[in-house]
Amino acid sequence: MNSGRCAACKHLRRRCLSDCIFSPYFPPNNPRRFAYVHKIYGASNVGKILKDLPVSRRAEAADSLYYEAYCRIKDPVYGCVGLITILHQQIYNAQWQLDRIQAEIAALSTTTDHRSQSEVQQVENVGSSFLPDQNGVHDSNSFYDISNWFD
Amino acid sequence: MSSSSSYNSPCAACKFLRRKCIPGCIFAPYFPPEEPQKFANVHKIFGASNVTKLLNELLPHQREDAVNSLAYEAEARVRDPVYGCVGAISFLQRQVERLQKELDAANADLIRFACNDIQAAGQLPPPAAPQAVASTHMVPAQQPRPAGGWGGRFYQTPSFPVIPYSSMPWNDNYNPHGGVDGSI
Repeated sequence: MNSGRCAACKHLRRRCLSDCIFSPYFPPNNPRRFAYVHKIYGASNVGKILKDLPVSRRAEAADSLYYEAYCRIKDPVYGCVGLITILHQQIYNAQWQLDRIQAEIAALSTTTDHRSQSEVQQVENVGSSFLPDQNGVHDSNSFYDISNWFD
Repeated sequence: MSSSSSYNSPCAACKFLRRKCIPGCIFAPYFPPEEPQKFANVHKIFGASNVTKLLNELLPHQREDAVNSLAYEAEARVRDPVYGCVGAISFLQRQVERLQKELDAANADLIRFACNDIQAAGQLPPPAAPQAVASTHMVPAQQPRPAGGWGGRFYQTPSFPVIPYSSMPWNDNYNPHGGVDGSI
């Protein structure tokens, strides 16, 4: 229970009644909070918004109203909509980068697969060079002839 | 005869407020009579006099954007009286964080692939004794070849700055119950 007036009633220079709609959400030790919402929305609009909500949701509503009022005071042209635009752009850029990296990974893994297949093929070729051909002759000219590796 | 400065009929604001729309009406350029809901929302949330004060504090070329952003906020608040636009901001911030994590993971994968690629295509150890099973590394040494747009460098993604929390009221001496000065 507040021993004195809430920030809203102090600002509005009026008596703070026991059922004051503002007092739970605009304590006297934070006058800026009410000052901001009052400047942007006006006390009566804030009161109407809060009254139309169930009591359990009013604290969150007061917080979000303060947040939006703060953003509007800091950026009178765009307010918090400016943040939304920036976030959309960040998401777009991040998604684009992610798609690009995934494409590069796919390209690299394809290259690795081809090389692996090629290596397997070469191993088979080398292996086969140890084996005599059908005439029983080793082919020393096969590309990966290892017979001269130990010269 | 009532007329707005640039319309034959009163602007949506003056229609709503049931007053004469005079030439030079501050609302007329931004609240055409064909969009009555736009002003209705703005009036409900902000009030006509607050909007007038806000617009008067701006340069003329800034007012259209300001009105449109106010209309956006007002509509968001009408649809969601608890969170308004803030709900959208929270949602988008979470998306940015999720995408940043995915980017970091993808970047790490790319680096891993690139390293494997270098190892596979780099200098090979000498072959073992002939009777050893030929390993898969029996390929003449080659320079690693970049794939796609790699270009031989690791792809570094910049970190996307999420909305700097220092500028959020939650962190700007924000204390719903604590003490701050009352200056605006």
